[in-house]
Amino acid sequence: MSELFDLFLRSVFIENLALSFFLGMCTFLAVSKRVDTAFGVGLAIICVQTVTVPVNNLIYVYILAPGALAWAGLGDLDLSFLSLIAFIGVIAAMVQVLEMVLEFRIPRLYRALGIFLPLITVNCAILGGTLFMAQRDYTFGESVIYGFGTGTGWALAIVMLAAIRERLKYSDIPDGLQGLGMSFMVVGLMSLGFMAFSGLG
Amino acid sequence: MTNRYWSALTTPLIGENPITLQILGICSALAVTTALDTALVMSGAVTCVLALSGASVSMVRRYLPRSVRIIVQITIIASLVIIVDQVLKAFAFEISRRLSVFVGLIVTNCIVLGRAEGFAMRHGVLASTLDGIGNGLGYSFILLLVGAVRELFGHGSLLGVQIFWTTAQGGAFDPLQLMLLPPSAFFIIGGIIWFIRAKRPEQVDRSEFKIRDELQEERR
Repeated sequence: MSELFDLFLRSVFIENLALSFFLGMCTFLAVSKRVDTAFGVGLAIICVQTVTVPVNNLIYVYILAPGALAWAGLGDLDLSFLSLIAFIGVIAAMVQVLEMVLEFRIPRLYRALGIFLPLITVNCAILGGTLFMAQRDYTFGESVIYGFGTGTGWALAIVMLAAIRERLKYSDIPDGLQGLGMSFMVVGLMSLGFMAFSGLG
Repeated sequence: MTNRYWSALTTPLIGENPITLQILGICSALAVTTALDTALVMSGAVTCVLALSGASVSMVRRYLPRSVRIIVQITIIASLVIIVDQVLKAFAFEISRRLSVFVGLIVTNCIVLGRAEGFAMRHGVLASTLDGIGNGLGYSFILLLVGAVRELFGHGSLLGVQIFWTTAQGGAFDPLQLMLLPPSAFFIIGGIIWFIRAKRPEQVDRSEFKIRDELQEERR
């Protein structure tokens, strides 16, 4: 149990996908102008990440990994070169399903997320989480925790960045650094702060 | 005619650089730049994928129904990335291991899908290929700049060749640990953006609230 908790802490703070692996940066910088939209995107990422990483884990372990087809009598088959296409397909399908479920069950959240939901398909944080899962051979239980943890970490980071940028609007910044340049500097400082967690766990 | 092709190739270099202006493909730009050689291989891979995906998406653009275009584009891109990944594993295994998941992540690199959707869907094969190469070069330019700065000041070397002798080797240069940590990439790219926008003021984001210059008003 404590190992799973360790994994959770590690995926939220130490190996934060946004701030130490730079995944999902495009969305991270593009939609962090206001806290409420940032919160919506963060929520969507948590949902998608918690579902796709375990599903991809099952697909990888039972179909794609070297020797995984032993249950079908094809033990010497290695389909791992197909994993990229399979993973991105699962992610696209999951996002589509999630979109439909949300539209009919929780329309308020669906309207709040708006355009960001389909855009998650091409967010590298999602595919990155899945690829790290495959690379590190997580078990099914670990992959659930890892998916939830990385999603939470990413959401935390984007809400924090949005909060800082809302304040920055009122400060006097050199002309060339205005906007994008300043966001880079701020993310750099935040990332520096997150480095302090590396002694944890 | 030739002029148009030329501009498709050259405007993305600085004028419409994918990283510093379009905010595309930043993820991988930051993660693979701790050394110059990984940055070099990564730029090559991305440029190849961009040129080929531009060409193939542009070729099928007239037969694509709008509703399934994203899925088709992603499948094309994913197939190209798998080829690049396998080639790297076969011929440059050491570097491919150091790039770890980031070669696979070219699939979701926003530059590739962004150019396929934004340019290749509306232009001919040759123009799309050139646009792909141009954007790849613009991306490579930033990547190599950041990679060079980080390796030079973090290790005192370039492409593994020692330029500054570090104190550990009996020289006078003390390596900056910060350059090897992830945050330094943000500062360097932020600096590059600042530099480009200082030279080209038309790229500056307008501020939402202009601070009044009180000193100047008092003087008046």
